[in-house]
Amino acid sequence: MMAEFAAILFSMILVNNYVLVKFLGVCPFLGVSKKLDSAVGMGCAVTLVMVLATSVTWPLQQLLDALGLGYLQTIAFILVIAVLVQMLEITVKRFLPALHEALGVYLPLITTNCAVLGVAILAVDEGYGYPEALVCALGAGLGFLLAMVLFSGVRRRVDEADPPRAFRGMPITLMSAAFVSLSFMGFAGVVDNLFGVL
Amino acid sequence: MMSGMAKGKSMFTVFSKGILAENPALRQMLGLCPTLAVTTAVTNGIGMGAATTFVLVCSGVVVSLLRGVIPTNMRLPAFITVIAGFVTLVMMIVEAYLPELNAALGIYLPLIVVNCIVLGRAEVFASKHPVREAALDGFGMGVGFTVALVLMSAVREVLGAGTFAGIPVLPDFIEPMTVFVMPPGGFAVLGVLIAGSVAVEALRRRADGSETKEAMLPEDACAACGMCDLKEREA
Repeated sequence: MMAEFAAILFSMILVNNYVLVKFLGVCPFLGVSKKLDSAVGMGCAVTLVMVLATSVTWPLQQLLDALGLGYLQTIAFILVIAVLVQMLEITVKRFLPALHEALGVYLPLITTNCAVLGVAILAVDEGYGYPEALVCALGAGLGFLLAMVLFSGVRRRVDEADPPRAFRGMPITLMSAAFVSLSFMGFAGVVDNLFGVL
Repeated sequence: MMSGMAKGKSMFTVFSKGILAENPALRQMLGLCPTLAVTTAVTNGIGMGAATTFVLVCSGVVVSLLRGVIPTNMRLPAFITVIAGFVTLVMMIVEAYLPELNAALGIYLPLIVVNCIVLGRAEVFASKHPVREAALDGFGMGVGFTVALVLMSAVREVLGAGTFAGIPVLPDFIEPMTVFVMPPGGFAVLGVLIAGSVAVEALRRRADGSETKEAMLPEDACAACGMCDLKEREA
């Protein structure tokens, strides 16, 4: 059981990294990774919302299935996530002002973050049970955080470089993302070997 | 003031700006997730582009029709619900008639809901313009997005798999470079394509005689997304 959880967790962080391998949440990855502290803030906020959203959407899917309304998945999930993020922001602002100071600015940006809706749908599609779904969401969030932190380090170097004119800004950022992504290709097979068959 | 000809021209501009000057993927950097993820084969690019165009046009029409009805502070959830409805419709159609495409696009089909292009057009254009222009704007943006997807997937499929839309095009002695259909190839090809579009825009502006500096794009990917400044205005 623990091995299975560990396999899901590490495969989500390393092998199926949400940003670098599955291309989910690319916008915040490219937009908010200029500084290390904002990268960490965004990564933590996304992890929190992913776990929270999945903890609600997984039971919701069971309810929809039981009522024969499975096709409402997309509408139901996006509305639940939007409401959840709003409620989280209000709650954190009221009771944990210090945390709101750190994460508050990132929360509103997360509603339309495809990584959050992505992990909610994926956890259902993969046929995970409730605990596995939560571990999957945690892994996806931590993988996002790891990619953000690594990439913010790369970008500090890139900002000091002097690329050809047309490559300045976004193109050179995408090129460096390609190399970070290439390094994650090296993790393929690691989890299988560590924890046995997935 | 507005002659028929000028009106016809402006209607054409409403349509055509989405293809070149304001191309959602290459100039506005919106919808990067599907642009990177599904472009491993040309057929996937066309399918994703068509699905997104359908959602853009339909949600544009409905949002435009409802533009006096939706209360300002409730518009975001309302837009999302309209968009999600059309995405569900597309999912059902693709699932029923195009099972292969459904398997290839997988999770990225429902994720059209959170594609910044769709919500961005609803907020920036459709909610402020009449139905006909909203539909044309959505169609233009959709075609522009499709063009970008096809361009991107053509490069990746030919170099990475040696085929174009499934038909072998490379001679046998050239080994396809698989890295182009893998994730790193996606980032790299998009980087080169955006650099190319910046260079073309710079040349075009130089030919026009206008200043060349403006051809550079904002570095911040999220800057152009309607979502963020929408939230800022509310705050």
